[in-house]
Amino acid sequence: MSAPGNGAKPFDVIGRTHERRDALGHVNGSTTFSGDVSFPRICHMKAVRSPVAHARIRGVDFSAAEKVPGFVTSLTAADVPKNVYTILCLIGVEPDEEQVLAAERVRYKGEPVAVVVAETETAAFEAAAKVQLDLEELPAVFDVEEALEPDAPIVTHWGTNYFVYEGHHCRRVRHGDAPAAREQADRVITGRYQMSPIEHAPVEPTGCVAKPEADGRVTVYTNTQAIFFSLDNTAIILQVPPHKLRFIGGSVGGGFGGKVDVIVEPLATLAAMRTGRPIRYVYTREEEMQVSSTRSANRIYITDGVMDDGTIVSREVTSYEDAGAYSRHTPYGCTKHAANASGPYTIPNVSIDVHCVFTNRTPSSAMRGFGVTEASFALEMQMDRIARELEIDPWELRLRNAYRNGDERPYGKTTADATLVETMHAAAEMAGVELSAELRAMTSNDRGQVAE
Amino acid sequence: MSARAVSFELNGEPVTVLAEPLETLQSVVRGQLGLTGAKAGCRQGGCGSCTVLLDGEPTLSCLVPVENVEDHAVRTIEGHGETDGRSALQAAFHEGFASQCGFCSPGMISVAAALLERNPDPTPEEIGVALSGNVCRCTGIAPIIAAVSDAAGRMRERREASA
Repeated sequence: MSAPGNGAKPFDVIGRTHERRDALGHVNGSTTFSGDVSFPRICHMKAVRSPVAHARIRGVDFSAAEKVPGFVTSLTAADVPKNVYTILCLIGVEPDEEQVLAAERVRYKGEPVAVVVAETETAAFEAAAKVQLDLEELPAVFDVEEALEPDAPIVTHWGTNYFVYEGHHCRRVRHGDAPAAREQADRVITGRYQMSPIEHAPVEPTGCVAKPEADGRVTVYTNTQAIFFSLDNTAIILQVPPHKLRFIGGSVGGGFGGKVDVIVEPLATLAAMRTGRPIRYVYTREEEMQVSSTRSANRIYITDGVMDDGTIVSREVTSYEDAGAYSRHTPYGCTKHAANASGPYTIPNVSIDVHCVFTNRTPSSAMRGFGVTEASFALEMQMDRIARELEIDPWELRLRNAYRNGDERPYGKTTADATLVETMHAAAEMAGVELSAELRAMTSNDRGQVAE
Repeated sequence: MSARAVSFELNGEPVTVLAEPLETLQSVVRGQLGLTGAKAGCRQGGCGSCTVLLDGEPTLSCLVPVENVEDHAVRTIEGHGETDGRSALQAAFHEGFASQCGFCSPGMISVAAALLERNPDPTPEEIGVALSGNVCRCTGIAPIIAAVSDAAGRMRERREASA
């Protein structure tokens, strides 16, 4: 088959194996990862982290650290031009709330309070270990529902433990009248689902090298997954014009969403500007596991109104997503969660409340479908529960309720290009599941032809 | 204690380095010798990404003081290429999509090379056991095991052709 247009290449990609551009370098060891970059006179940066989940900072004492042979400099919140930011400010999300370095309060175990720079990595470790933190520990909260209790310790600087969506305490979707429809249903089936945080655990730890150049710019070799997010946020945090920064990325040794935050680049760049020397700031494995973002923990309550024939007439979802101590990408994840929490099913009455909750846990952020994946886990478990209770084949339950072209989604969009029914047919075939002739005859265009 | 000269064989060539006390083989090979193919994923012997061959045996270069390899032979991923630039294992990993982000690949290939040296026809289970100290977070282990089997086949064909 040929593509339309003059001189266009034929469509020949689908169904054929194509060599990856970068695979040869991966197998012969010549791919350059950011950790492979080095320069003469490079210095090493290590963070001083809070050993507790919530505390007031009374003081930071560098006197012993400064005596470590090879100590070069240290940075605290006072050195960071715009120390409080939020990564999604680039797309208009407010308020600024995450501290690059903690100033008055630490909000999660492992939050950086300072960084030290030294001539060798060993000296940097030693100096960081000798920085004395004077902390007054505060009560902490680690559970999303406890965090919303009236007497819970407050994590954020604005006085509530939830993110505010256009004046609302949660992200809401309303479609039809779910409580009224539930009253008319043959049965009400409920479920409570919970997911723990998940660490991406890339084999390559998060890190970068920042190198000051003679022209006044800084070149940053980084394994970020979001090169311009990282560059723009670094420019904002350091209050420098973006053209002063040149970011080089491309090879990410495993990311899965965990390398879209802006954590190492601003501090390494700031130290490079201050010292005039290249700076390497790479997480240890412990830091990667302890302080890098996770997928958010979730608690999801589903209440479905169901007819005996398997028709779902109402779905009410209340979700609590644990942002941890700071927003990062979780407010956005909650919006995606809200849009998808009724599943790929057409349900005429839907009510969804998704709470983006702050706790004293490690901040959560992006990870592979974040927000959506958690919703899918909970509601597909719920679909199986409905099938069991009604003694209906779970394939039939899903195929009957699957969204069809032309159906209105709970958030107001009209379904187009749906392929769920066809995909389930293919999946059944691959799994060796025999579907009835009636189910096999269904298509994504057959809404209206099936008796209501 | 002070730095001292250490000599060993690296990818078939003699090298001498000035090593700090307890400086690791990983640090020397990646740092002053500039061969960055062996990676630094955990630096505590947990991920396998730094694996090199020491006298043909898979070795975690992050745990070995370079003084311990004095007068021994070290082979890194950079020393695996053959006439077309790729060993049979590298070709099988390359063509079999056994490498996604690429960070674990040098360690995986080093371990697999040692396995095929002592067992030219391993079962998938034997390959899995051999690679059990190497962590991959991207492709899953199945295409990697398949690539090692494929490489064993390529090497067998080559032996038969030259016999």
